[in-house]
Amino acid sequence: MAKIKKSAFAKATARRSPLSLYGAAARRRKNNIKARKEKMSRIYMDYGAATPVDSRVLKKLGRFPSEVFGNTMSLHSFGQEAKAALEESRDILADLMGAKPQEIIFTGSATESNNLALKGIAFANKEKGNHIIISPIEHPCVGESAKWLESQGFEITKLKVDQYGLIDPKEVERLIKKETILVSVMHANNEIGTIEPIEEIGKICREKGVYFHTDAAQSLGKIPIDVEKMNIDLLTGSSQKMYGPKGAACLFIREGTKINPILHGGGQEFGLRPSTVNISAIYGFAQASLLCKKEIVKESKRLTQLRDKLIKGVMAKIEGSYLNGHPIKRLSNNANFWFEFIEGESLLIQLDMAGIAGSTGSACSSAKLQPSHVLLAIGLRPQEAHGSLRLTLGRWTTSKEIDRVLKVLPGIISQLREISPFKKN
Amino acid sequence: MVKGIYSKKVMAHFKKPHNYGKIKNADGIGNVGNLVCGDVMRLYIKIGKNKNKQEIIKDIKFETFGCVAAIATSSAITDLAKGKTLEEAAKISKTQIVDSLGELPPIKMHCSVLASDALVEAIYDYLSKNKKEISQDLAVKHERIAKEKEETEKRYKDWTDMEKKMLG
Repeated sequence: MAKIKKSAFAKATARRSPLSLYGAAARRRKNNIKARKEKMSRIYMDYGAATPVDSRVLKKLGRFPSEVFGNTMSLHSFGQEAKAALEESRDILADLMGAKPQEIIFTGSATESNNLALKGIAFANKEKGNHIIISPIEHPCVGESAKWLESQGFEITKLKVDQYGLIDPKEVERLIKKETILVSVMHANNEIGTIEPIEEIGKICREKGVYFHTDAAQSLGKIPIDVEKMNIDLLTGSSQKMYGPKGAACLFIREGTKINPILHGGGQEFGLRPSTVNISAIYGFAQASLLCKKEIVKESKRLTQLRDKLIKGVMAKIEGSYLNGHPIKRLSNNANFWFEFIEGESLLIQLDMAGIAGSTGSACSSAKLQPSHVLLAIGLRPQEAHGSLRLTLGRWTTSKEIDRVLKVLPGIISQLREISPFKKN
Repeated sequence: MVKGIYSKKVMAHFKKPHNYGKIKNADGIGNVGNLVCGDVMRLYIKIGKNKNKQEIIKDIKFETFGCVAAIATSSAITDLAKGKTLEEAAKISKTQIVDSLGELPPIKMHCSVLASDALVEAIYDYLSKNKKEISQDLAVKHERIAKEKEETEKRYKDWTDMEKKMLG
């Protein structure tokens, strides 16, 4: 963590008596520094929800938003500068996943990419069939898209997962039928971090002539991805999970794939995503991708160590704590627990008051007042899902921060258990 | 600090809940909510008498499994009920609870219902155990709560069985 330098002014006034002329200002200044320090000592462990933009990305962006602002469709030099930046960004993203540049399109969010993948494939391949297979632990933007497609006459089959959230590729093979047009299984789960065997699933889909889409919003930039080797036809990636700005995402679409746009307009992004191109966000996305690619091996090793320290610490220090998701086949930055006898929202707010930010699958914290569908799918009972806590680490997580969480968390848990009517007898 | 979804008063109750814990040999106990929905509230009351020889809630404590709003409303109702006659206490409405907390997010309003239901149940429990007269108003409320409980139990039988085992 960066140390705050004491300004010359603060130094000069620090020893003055509070009654002196500059006392009040100095005190204010001192309080400001204290407040800033407190703010900086907050611990962010919700990188799975959103990541800050890396300052190196900001530096690369610099005056870009004011200088490269043209419409990529304009023929003048302003437009062509933006167009060049767009194509440069496309090359970078393609390179990150072993694709060709013309196979990458940019969208506004991972939700949009997933909507386009499902709905675009469904409507373009109606003649072939109407059957789509998805996993039961997809992000709502895949799950809800599938649900909507069902209302439009498509048939949706949900796979099963085991207690760790793993898909059995053999089940995919069994469920594919003549009418199947698409299989969508996420690369790594956003809640429990389980990494799916997408290479095997992709292979089966390839053999059966069915399109395979994977939502890699949580894994792109964290796990090396090769769309060729992994037999992927469509892949979703998100800037704001990779230390890039919000408002940019991508969809890899293998050359020759039959897909319809869901928006209609001016023909941008090969006609698949009309809208004036959000060039600053996309350029930032690409710069962030470069950093991820450069640091992928080292960073994943570092995070895995921190994650395992956190998991081991929590399990050892807190009675009645359980790990959700696979112990090994999981994202390097994801730890997800459930605790007996307590409710997640209360836990979350207590942690927030202690300066630690996490998330929960409890019903009370969701807009629908329903516990997480992912935790229910892996066999947790609602009361267990209510007691869940997800901590996701990231680029600025330190070992010291893990220590502080391990110090604070047990106390909060026992305090909440004291209020709870459920107790160990 | 930025304003969260909860008011200052809610957070104050949540940080330092009033009157939590068990009352041994409680005169009445009210159990409401269920684990499937994520809120379980248990209120204990001890009955005493005031100067006019009316029965009052001498002591009250709660145990709650639930979100911030559930814990804060539990804490708030113990404040509201303490010292009140049984008749007054049974009439504490969800609006009174919410008012005493400043405000609750709309999605959490049901937590205030839970708290007033728990108190109704505790008073009903005391009166029926001691074969005392039960007002029609109270009987109607109890019937509604019991019916709702029965319905959720039917819907989530496996899970509520587990809950009972946990409560012991």
